[in-house]
Amino acid sequence: METVEINLEEQFQARIDADVRIEPKDWMPDAYRKTLIRQISQHAHSELVGMLPEGNWITRAPSLKRKSILLSKVQDEAGHGLYLYSAAETLGASRDQMLADLHSGKAKYSSIFNYPTLSWADMGTVGWLVDGAAILNQVPLCRTSYGPYARAMVRVCKEESFHQRQGFEIMQTLCEGAPEQKAMAQEALNRWWWPTLMMFGPKDADSPNTEQSMKWRIKRFTNDELRQKFVDMMVPQAEFLGLTVPDPALQWNETKQGYDFGDVNWEEFWNVVKGNGMCNKDRLGARIKAHEEGAWVREAALAHAKKRAERAETQAA
Amino acid sequence: MTQSEWPLWEVFIRSKQGLDHKHVGSLHAADATMAIQNARDVYTRRLEGISIWVVESKHVHASNPDDAEAFYDPANDKVYRHPTFYQVPDSIKHM
Ligand SMILES: [Fe+2]
Ligand SMILES: [Fe+2]
Repeated sequence: METVEINLEEQFQARIDADVRIEPKDWMPDAYRKTLIRQISQHAHSELVGMLPEGNWITRAPSLKRKSILLSKVQDEAGHGLYLYSAAETLGASRDQMLADLHSGKAKYSSIFNYPTLSWADMGTVGWLVDGAAILNQVPLCRTSYGPYARAMVRVCKEESFHQRQGFEIMQTLCEGAPEQKAMAQEALNRWWWPTLMMFGPKDADSPNTEQSMKWRIKRFTNDELRQKFVDMMVPQAEFLGLTVPDPALQWNETKQGYDFGDVNWEEFWNVVKGNGMCNKDRLGARIKAHEEGAWVREAALAHAKKRAERAETQAA
Repeated sequence: MTQSEWPLWEVFIRSKQGLDHKHVGSLHAADATMAIQNARDVYTRRLEGISIWVVESKHVHASNPDDAEAFYDPANDKVYRHPTFYQVPDSIKHM
């Protein structure tokens, strides 16, 4: 019995090594399934909760154009959540259970969304930096080993590039505007830079699951690799905007052809992960409120569908 | 718990130039009408399609990946089903 299991596992790994996608009905190790459900549902939760900081500014957007764009972006994030929940469901997770885990605090979401959005410049910074970081995380996942996840990520990535560009455009407009506007952009960058670097997760040395996840190809770069890429990508863009990255240790390193940069405040990171960030309670509270206040709609729709199905049945009889 | 969950639907979309409906993903909805409306919102925000099919996931039956070898084997050795199997004299045109 045991040898059969070992063979299956070897065959499974061989398929992954050959870049063959794993599909829902294929055999897979329990740990692969569990890890994926956790990773995909966490990602879905992040998309869902990620609507809240930006939703905060929809009614206060400075023009109808900006309002329409922001509304579209937030709607996209809802869509991303849905693609990802569906992908997790193909692994046997139930939607209700995933949402219950989010609401009880058992499941995590990206800690970046536990920071407040205080000014309009935050809409620029979030699109430019936060969606920029998300893209770096997500593009490699379009080639992840689990088919439904990879396909969901392809759709997500297609939509994300608009998110980043609209954010950059907001920043550019502010930076080319009045000194007060530029100061607003700088102030937002100062607040968001470090939390964004935390989005890539703990240092490789403190990320014990990375190795297995890389082997399964549900992760294709390490946290530190992605963080480095992000800094290298963003510093020139900040320079273009005439903004200063709030890191005195930031310096071009000719030998590694990349930037050296300061250390993230990991104490703050773990604190936010544990639920003590500035907005953790607000975000979860808003999620639970929306879920509970929508309960009667879900129940009524189900009752209505049932009644209509029954009526159709009696008419047929 | 599952009592309150709307049934799951598979969504198929045909693009403007597309010849066939392609599977794009799934979603929850109380009935077919809502499934089509939700599919419009979730899967066609950027004109990805002009026609939507939805089918409740429980009605989809799939071939078993474990049977793949035996199942598709019979097509393996029938090269004569392809036009390239046949030699056409050079002087023959339009064939
Ligand atoms: Fe997203
Ligand atoms: Fe986004």
